[in-house]
Amino acid sequence: MLYSIRLRISYDYDSPADVGRHLLRIMPASIPGVQEVQEARLLCRPVPAEQLERVDFFGNTCTEIAYRTPLEETVFEMEARVERLPSEPGLDVSPPPERLAQQIAEVPSVAGHAPQSYLPVSPRVRQNAEIAAWAAGVVEGAETVLAQVMAVTRALHRDMAFDATATMVDTPLDEAFALRRGVCQDFTHIQICALRSLGIPAGYVSGFLRTLPPEGQERLEGADAMHAWVRAWCGKDMGWVEVDPTNDMPAGTDHVVIARGRDYFDVAPVKGSMRLAGGQRTSQAVDMEAV
Amino acid sequence: MTGAENPDKDLPPEEAGSQSQSQGQSEGQSQAQTQEPVPEGAAEPARDPLAELLSGYAPFEGVPDELMDDQGNVRPVWKDFLDRLAAAPDEEIDLACARGSQYLRDAGVFFRHYGPDSHEERDWPLSHLPLLIDEAEWQQIAAGLVERADLLEQVMADVYGPGQLVEGGLLPPELIAGNPEWLRPMVGVPPRSGHYLHMLAFDIGRGPEGQWWVLGDRAQAPSGAGFALETRMATARSFPALMAETNVARLAGFFRGFRDALLALRAEEDSRVAILTPGPMNDTYFEHAYIARYLGFLLVQGEDLVVRDGRLMVHTVGGLRPISVLWRRLDAEWLDPLELREDSQIGTAGLLSALRSGGLTMVNAPGSGVLETRALMAFIPAIARHFLGRDLALPNIATWWCGSEEAQDYVRENAGRMTIDRALSTSLPFDHSPDAVIGGKHLDGSAWDPDVLAREGGRLAAQQIVSLSTAPALSERKLVARPASLRVILTRTSQGWQVMPGGFARIGQSGTSADVSMQRGGSVCDVWVVGQQQAPDDTLLAATTDARPSLPQLAALPTRAADNLFWLGRYSDRVEQKIRLQRAYHLRMAEYGRADMPLIEMLAGYLDSMGVEAAKPLPEGLMADLEAAMGSAGRVRDRFSTDGWNALTDLKRTADKLAPRLKPGDDAARALSVLLRKISGFSGLVHENMYHATGWRFLSLGRAIERAWTTSGVLAAFSDPAAPVGAYEIAIEAGDAVMTHRMRFSATFTRETVLDLLLLDENYPRSVLAQLDDILTHLDWLEKLTADFSRKPSPIRRAVMKLQTELATARPEEIPPERLVQIAAACADLSGLLAETYLR
Repeated sequence: MLYSIRLRISYDYDSPADVGRHLLRIMPASIPGVQEVQEARLLCRPVPAEQLERVDFFGNTCTEIAYRTPLEETVFEMEARVERLPSEPGLDVSPPPERLAQQIAEVPSVAGHAPQSYLPVSPRVRQNAEIAAWAAGVVEGAETVLAQVMAVTRALHRDMAFDATATMVDTPLDEAFALRRGVCQDFTHIQICALRSLGIPAGYVSGFLRTLPPEGQERLEGADAMHAWVRAWCGKDMGWVEVDPTNDMPAGTDHVVIARGRDYFDVAPVKGSMRLAGGQRTSQAVDMEAV
Repeated sequence: MTGAENPDKDLPPEEAGSQSQSQGQSEGQSQAQTQEPVPEGAAEPARDPLAELLSGYAPFEGVPDELMDDQGNVRPVWKDFLDRLAAAPDEEIDLACARGSQYLRDAGVFFRHYGPDSHEERDWPLSHLPLLIDEAEWQQIAAGLVERADLLEQVMADVYGPGQLVEGGLLPPELIAGNPEWLRPMVGVPPRSGHYLHMLAFDIGRGPEGQWWVLGDRAQAPSGAGFALETRMATARSFPALMAETNVARLAGFFRGFRDALLALRAEEDSRVAILTPGPMNDTYFEHAYIARYLGFLLVQGEDLVVRDGRLMVHTVGGLRPISVLWRRLDAEWLDPLELREDSQIGTAGLLSALRSGGLTMVNAPGSGVLETRALMAFIPAIARHFLGRDLALPNIATWWCGSEEAQDYVRENAGRMTIDRALSTSLPFDHSPDAVIGGKHLDGSAWDPDVLAREGGRLAAQQIVSLSTAPALSERKLVARPASLRVILTRTSQGWQVMPGGFARIGQSGTSADVSMQRGGSVCDVWVVGQQQAPDDTLLAATTDARPSLPQLAALPTRAADNLFWLGRYSDRVEQKIRLQRAYHLRMAEYGRADMPLIEMLAGYLDSMGVEAAKPLPEGLMADLEAAMGSAGRVRDRFSTDGWNALTDLKRTADKLAPRLKPGDDAARALSVLLRKISGFSGLVHENMYHATGWRFLSLGRAIERAWTTSGVLAAFSDPAAPVGAYEIAIEAGDAVMTHRMRFSATFTRETVLDLLLLDENYPRSVLAQLDDILTHLDWLEKLTADFSRKPSPIRRAVMKLQTELATARPEEIPPERLVQIAAACADLSGLLAETYLR
């Protein structure tokens, strides 16, 4: 499926702000077997004094920009054409849960996509006893690692309500779980936390979701902004599997990946240092259409 | 919290189980418990001074002693030293100790103690007697540590490079992947200099068999070099003759080597070496300021720095200047809010990017903290065999990572002789987390549950409990045996690692428990490496052949430092002004005995407008300014004379002592006179003794602007013809001009004579015109530094020149009262104009 994607993130400041330096992760990546980027371009307004592109530890494209004068507004626009390859609904070749630890131990690597980095706590996902207890309950009877992952995805969708007003970008996952409400970021962090408590390596994927569904299907939640979902390592034969807890579905041809990491900390679309005297407003618009 | 690792927090290893007893004891209790038994009735007819000194010296059972061999004979390296020490009269030993302590107080050496209620500065706990080590033995230690340092460099290069140790099974991936000190943004970033590590410290101790062990590797941002130097200077003050007669290796060559090595690492000649500190609230800030002053490097904070096109720059009063070597005294996670901790307020956005661009060397490379991981010590022996093909000459204490069943079984069997703590902890082995298990018991004394090993094995590491050797300390003019460990510091030069010949040792406080934590009363002593021959005299300064500082050097005053010096100048002068007016009030109260007179009411109203409650002898509005002055001074300790600092603290101490006992009127006036003398002493010290470089200019600008503003303000109020009788005299008193007025005019005060002297007389150093002249001189200097060729006068110059021209040509009677109000307002604006041009 070929998509045309547009993203616009803007910041408005009450008084000219010393916005300084930013790190952007909003460019989609070519991932063999998953997606191919045919073209992608980034437009920053005003034009930054410095702009530098590089690839980070996890293989994501990041753009460093710097401004030298105080600004009243900054706008980041990304446009891309991305071919999302059809994903095979693979057979479940994941091991029984009790054999996963051994398979993890047999990967002697700490590289970006080796499972080891995705089990310990990460900056935004600490341990949470309630989530662990909840997860232990919902996977009862699941006989494989993949079955456990799907059970958690299903249960999260059942127990959590999508609510764009309940949380903010920096709301801790504990709070979102206590409320049982939140947006894709909260769903994703809670599931990562749940899976890690079960010994399943789990990470965060940021990306886009097609805006308008194919005829006769429902519009998906999270399509009007950047989206997030979960990846879980299901053993040496199955590898990484991506699931979307907000919509209770495997991430497939409706999903286009921007960045992957342990949690939001590793993939945040805009990181920046700024000195603000007054307030700021930010808005985000996403459009992803099948071509 | 944010600081580089702190030597003070380390606790020593100790006998199994004793930790639980000493935990939670107050200092006083543990002192009482461990008092030395004093031998009684030991009066000998023939006095043997050495025997007397050693009477009661009792090395511990089962551990070696640095002073005596196991037969009780004094070891050769100590012999001459002890004989001389014993020959000195008792009073001389007391005096020697007092000299050392006095030196540290005068030098302003302190460490910050983090208590539950306060972060107070404490005296550096010096144990006056040095620890002597024979040169031959020291060379063995040094060679062993150099070998270890090289190995750590290889480990670092691998975990941030190819990752073969993990791949080859020599390091469990968990210890890296789950390690907060392993910084993913640094993976694959080769160091510009070719090396990740440039400075390391090791804590070592001698075990029961006489063998030296490494207790902990310090690689993040090792502290102690400055403290070692100060400890050496203090000990040299205590025992100058003894030191001259003992062949003690000097430290200056080591520091010179390190300074030259850092200078050689610079990317380009015009770039600077800077020391990055978390700031004055850090517990080792003194050391940062001290070492910066000693080595002549810039001391900077994160907010002073900015990254431009991949280069690290420092904001200075002369604009942005490049820095290509940064010695960080900041833990890595705080360095860069863009890529590491987002909430860091003390880092610099883009710092890691500057490293990636290859124009910056950091000492040490961010991420070196991973080498401090406790469980890593379990794998170092095998890694050494892998890389070197042999065992290390200086091994670390035996350590087990509890992630394997085999290790779990061993630790379960032998827990009685082990501490079990977090595997990823970077604390020294004697610095325990609250859930540590020592000798099979939790810190609160409760028994541990061995099943925890199976449950959370990979999160735990166990270490063998080693007893340390003892060394002599002075107590009541006698020697007592105390457990000791050494901190040894290594730096990389172009010829490889060099080892500081000496360093400092931690000395435990008690004769029964090995607790050397300084926060609970432990202490630190100098370490003398004693050779066969007299070491040549050597100082760092002798090598400095630099002539007077060059223009670019002078311009490189960080903006933050300039700002603090400027406000120090302003606040200290404001304090002085307030004291004068406050004294004038209380003198008149003493004279008239009542407050309801027009002049006194006017004075009280004026003081009130300055935030001072006149009726109180030492009002808060005055003390707050004094504290603000000290705050500014404290942030620029690296540029500020110790005497000046001591004068300020002395002033504050005196004020605090006097405040509760003072009565209004005469009593208050006399106390205020004392404070006035003290603050004049401070100003004198600063202005007489401070080198007239850029920093002094800002201090002086602060004083001049403050004085121009307050003096014109006083004149606007008190030279008003409508003011009550006696107001002119107050203006003269506030301007400290009583004598001058009498000499120039007569005993009669008129509005004209007052204005003539305090506003218009360029020869009276407190007049407003003299301040403006001063400001212009300083601006001349600053304009040369910033090399702005546009030749357009800066806003501050324009404002000052306008006022200066007016006052230089005016006659007193031409200046109406309302003009004085405008002049005061114009003077108040100068501060903002200066900041606009030079402080942003």
